[in-house]
Amino acid sequence: MHELSLCQAIARVVNTHADGRHVVVVRVRVGALRQVVPESLSFCWKIVRDFENMPDAELELECVTTEVKCRACGRQSEITSAWSIWCPQCDSPDVEVLHGNEFLVTSLDVS
Amino acid sequence: MGRFHRHDDGTVHTHEHGDHPHDHDHGDHGDFEGYDTGAQRIDVLEEAIFAENDVRADANRAVFGSNGIRALNLMSSPGSGKTTVLQATLDELAGEFAIGVIVGDIATDLDAAKLSGRGAQVSLLNTSNGFGGECHLDAPMVNRALAGLDLPGLDLVIIENVGNLVCPAEFDVGEHAKVMVYSVTEGEDKPLKYPVMFRSVDVVLLNKIDLVPYLDVNVDSYIAHVREVNAEATILPISARTGVGMGAWFEWLRRFVTASDA
Repeated sequence: MHELSLCQAIARVVNTHADGRHVVVVRVRVGALRQVVPESLSFCWKIVRDFENMPDAELELECVTTEVKCRACGRQSEITSAWSIWCPQCDSPDVEVLHGNEFLVTSLDVS
Repeated sequence: MGRFHRHDDGTVHTHEHGDHPHDHDHGDHGDFEGYDTGAQRIDVLEEAIFAENDVRADANRAVFGSNGIRALNLMSSPGSGKTTVLQATLDELAGEFAIGVIVGDIATDLDAAKLSGRGAQVSLLNTSNGFGGECHLDAPMVNRALAGLDLPGLDLVIIENVGNLVCPAEFDVGEHAKVMVYSVTEGEDKPLKYPVMFRSVDVVLLNKIDLVPYLDVNVDSYIAHVREVNAEATILPISARTGVGMGAWFEWLRRFVTASDA
C-alpha cells in the first residue's frame, strides 16, 4: 500500500546517490512478503518521477520469491502459499525466512 | 519481531532458486558497467526505503529505553475492541504501573475521551496530516505524540494504532512488542487474508468470546488459522466486556512491563 509515498521515498534515495546526474534506470527489489503491489508501484512511479525531476528514469522491479530454511528438517524451500510460510517439505512452522522481506533500491543508472 | 527491520542488502545479483544468503562485503561493489548510451551504474548500498521511518522508530525506542519505559503497539481492524480492551486494562493496572496511552485516530477524540479518567496519561494523535495517508501510525507521528506524555514518570506506553489490518504492520513506531485484537465476529479466515499483520504480532487477543454461543464459530479454527501464519504468537481468548480470560492478558502485561529491554 501507499505506493505513491513509497515512490517518493524511492526518489529520495535516488537523489542522494544520483548527485544531480541524469537518472535513466532505478532498480528496486521487492520481496513477495511485502505489502507492495508491483503494478501500483510502477504506475505511481510514472507520476512521481516527473515531480522529482527524473522524468526519464525507468523503474525496474526485481520481484523476489519467498524462501525459507526449515529448522526442523534443514531444507530450504520456495514458498508458494499465499499465507503460510511453514516448511512445504516437512510441515514444520519452525522456519527462518531467507528471502521475501526485501524492499530496497539496489542500483541506478545515470548518464 | 524482525519482520520490518531493515534488510539492507546493497548487493546487486540476480536472485535464483537455491541461492544461499551470503555476507555482503560492500568492498566488492565497484562495477561501473559501460553502456553504449554512456550510462553508468551506481550501486546503492544500505538504503532500505523505509529507512526514514525506521531511523525515527529506533530513536523512539531509545527514548523509551532511557526513560525505563516498555512500549506496546496495539493494532486490529476497526471494531475489534481495542479501546474496550484498553479501558479494562487501565482499570486493572493503572494503579500498579504508570501508564501512558497514545491514541491514534484519523479524526475525533472519541477514543481519547473513553480512556481519560482511568488513571493513565493520554496523548491524542490525529493522523489527518500523516505521511502516506491517515490509515496508520508511523514513527514520526508517535514521536510527536511523546511530547504529550510525562515520560520520566511512566512504566508502560500503549500505542493504540488506527483500526486497519493492512498498513500498521508495515510501520515500526519504536515499540518493544506488537499486540493485536482479533474478534470472533470477524471471520476465522482473517489470518490467511492478512498474513503480514498476523505474522508481525507477538500476542493475539481473541476477543468477544462471550458472543460465541450466539455465533456460528469454531474458536479452534480461529486459533488454528492464526497458527498457520504465526507459530509463535501468544493467543489469548478473552472478553474485554465480561472479563473472561482477561487475567491471562494482565499477567502477560505485568511480565512485559517488568521484563528487561533485551
